Amino acid sequence: MSDLQNPTPVMLRVRGIGRRYAGLVALAGIDLDIRGGEVLGIVGENGAGKSTLLKILSGVVTPSDGTMECATDTHELRMVQLDGVRSASRAGIALVHQELNLAENLDLAGAIFLGREPSRYGLLDLPRMRREAAKWLARVGLALDPSTLCASLGLAQRQQVEIAKALSCEAKVLILDEPTSSLSAPETKRLLAIMDDLRSEGVAVVFVSHHLEEVMQIADRVMVLRDGRSTGELMRGSFDRAMIERLMVGRDLKSAPKRLIAAESQARLKVDRLVSVHRRRQAVSFEVRAGEIVGLAGLVGAGRTETLEAIAGIRHHQGEVTLDGVALTGGSVERVRRGVAIVPEDRARNGLFLEDAVSMNMSLAWIDRRSNSRLLDSGAEASLIARMTSRMQLRPADPSRRVQTLSGGNQQKTVIGRWLAVDPALLLLDEPTRGVDVGARAEIHAEIRRLSESGSAVLFASSELEEVLLLADRILVMHEGRIAGELNSHEATEVAIMHLATGGGHE
Amino acid sequence: MKKSLGIIGIFLAIFLIASLFGENFLTGLNLQNLTNRTALYSILALGASIVIVTGGIDLSIGSVVCLAGITVPWLLVEFEWSPWQVIPVVLAGSALIGLFHGLLITKLRLQPFLVTLCGLLLYRGIARWMTGDQSQGFQGEFGDVRAIALARFTVPGFRELGIEGFRVPATVIPMVVLAVVIGLFYSRTVWGRWILATGRNESAARYSGVPTERLTILSYVACSLLGGFGGMLFIFDIGSAQPSDFGNFYELYAIAAAVLGGCSLRGGEMSVVGVLVGAATLQLLRNTIMLVGVGSQIEFAVIGAVLLIGVGADELVRRLSARRAERLAVAAHT
Repeated sequence: MSDLQNPTPVMLRVRGIGRRYAGLVALAGIDLDIRGGEVLGIVGENGAGKSTLLKILSGVVTPSDGTMECATDTHELRMVQLDGVRSASRAGIALVHQELNLAENLDLAGAIFLGREPSRYGLLDLPRMRREAAKWLARVGLALDPSTLCASLGLAQRQQVEIAKALSCEAKVLILDEPTSSLSAPETKRLLAIMDDLRSEGVAVVFVSHHLEEVMQIADRVMVLRDGRSTGELMRGSFDRAMIERLMVGRDLKSAPKRLIAAESQARLKVDRLVSVHRRRQAVSFEVRAGEIVGLAGLVGAGRTETLEAIAGIRHHQGEVTLDGVALTGGSVERVRRGVAIVPEDRARNGLFLEDAVSMNMSLAWIDRRSNSRLLDSGAEASLIARMTSRMQLRPADPSRRVQTLSGGNQQKTVIGRWLAVDPALLLLDEPTRGVDVGARAEIHAEIRRLSESGSAVLFASSELEEVLLLADRILVMHEGRIAGELNSHEATEVAIMHLATGGGHE
Repeated sequence: MKKSLGIIGIFLAIFLIASLFGENFLTGLNLQNLTNRTALYSILALGASIVIVTGGIDLSIGSVVCLAGITVPWLLVEFEWSPWQVIPVVLAGSALIGLFHGLLITKLRLQPFLVTLCGLLLYRGIARWMTGDQSQGFQGEFGDVRAIALARFTVPGFRELGIEGFRVPATVIPMVVLAVVIGLFYSRTVWGRWILATGRNESAARYSGVPTERLTILSYVACSLLGGFGGMLFIFDIGSAQPSDFGNFYELYAIAAAVLGGCSLRGGEMSVVGVLVGAATLQLLRNTIMLVGVGSQIEFAVIGAVLLIGVGADELVRRLSARRAERLAVAAHT
């Protein structure tokens, strides 16, 4: 903990770091000193630039602007160009990924020394490997035999192994990308204790987290990012939760003109104690009324996708889901027949047939409703496609184009068009406008509103607070697999959502 | 259709070479045999393509041909069943084999390659064990049933072309009927469209409410059914066969024909015309090698080379069109 202004040596200094992707600014003008013996927390909304910053610091991505200096053994700063993880690791920087990727078939010693195994006469020096591995494992508080197989480890233990691996590379700067996102509460506590130990040993720890509680508990300094820029750097003692939340959100957004949902409008979708595959296995219950658009807000991993996919029958679930008073059972085939539609988050993987024409993609669900026999009615299909192409304002308005050749916005319109063609009773959308430009986003939002005005129930999940505020009549905020709170659109603000989404709660 | 132009070109080129250099190629009897074999192998190739469209594979076709084919004379001669009992039983048994494959692949999520590789060994072994590894034949009887494959029809016109004695083999009839039905199924029915979608992107199909498992099972049933039907026609055609070698490598001819005909092994693409021309090309190639006199030992090598060239060209075309698509997508963004 810092008593003086600059008690500890700077391990890594960045000045004016930025990164552009195809003309879009992902990160700009970041100045940062990373000090030994200090824990630095980096927070921000989804898409604020946290991942980009971590990737630059760990050499995965090269910055478009700015300079980086690294401390030598004598604590002198020297300019470095990181091009790849290897050069970062030579400079003493190690990143522990959010997705852990230990080779399951290796033992702990093998995993820790993967790629730089000690050898003698060209043979693995197993005794030495095990001896040294045991030392590093002890340092992260993992009392396991180095010959244990990685496959037998739980998530928290795997993370400790990854940290041990990073330390064994003589890392002076340890970067953790959302290290607690898949840990239980006691596991999180243990990890924070390890971070505390490392700090007292002089290691610089940088970590990104969605959980403000943890950040405030452990960090000596917090950097807040928003829209690719730093909106503030706060020292321990000078920050509180409200302050960080304000810096994370920052802007004051005008929400869309509010629509009135008749109070007597009946509930179409009822979700009762639904338990999805989310790791927390929390039960969620809520309703969506006819003509209502409900937004699921929350941070990555809060359980929004799992909830949507459970309702759509893509994944198994416990608890009851009813549509218009009748229980939804079976898988996606049965539920689609009942009028459920889902627009998945990853459209290339789960939504589109990229090598096929727009027409085939758009009529896929419709052909089933339409044909009494199992024969296709090509004439009716062609006129449907023409109608949907103009309704979705596809550009170019050429349904014979392969979906692959369309922009993200037009691809998304194709998936949504597939479902609007069959007038679903319940439309579920996961990130309805991810990777979609502003114009297409407004058009997609307008079509979603139009569907809901015709009496359908709409439930969508979005990581972008702006979109939630623009589109939703009512907002359910998820945190750790459960619904942390509910906000009406007229009382919702970005700060209020962020408060609930980061575990602030109503308590 | 556009996709089939390449294989039609290859077919015509080989046909030309055979006509110029092959002694006795353009004779009625040779062309008649060639047509007959094309028809028989086409039926297997159509079966293979049905499975390949889903993104799967069936390696057991040859063994199903053997088991189904061998069972026909075995039941007729050894057990004195009537043909009207034998034919439905053999076809139903073949369909059950396909159902077995389909269930293992969809419900147990085993890989198609593995399931049908085991099938290849399993049905061959059963056929040999069942018959005591003895050659099975019709012993000169059952001419009326064998006529399904052996009948020949005279068509006018060939005599004027200078080709004497060409008569159309009866096997052409099931080939044409099956080709038309399968072609219409994929282009004109909901299920056909959905199977193509499943082969293209199984996950997206599932998210769209397509019953992917049921359709996949259906495809394996159809493939084995065609294999069994083909096996019956083969045994009617040749009269007797050894359980140890009847149908050997037929699955590879079938898969090769489907791939040459434009069915990507990634799934999602089907061209009935292409598959027929692919099957015809392989038989033409075998015939040409025999007639040109380069020695039939080289047959497999030539087929392998043609197949490599075919799929290599297909891959190149695919890459080029993907690159074009990328450029168009960039253009759409700006």
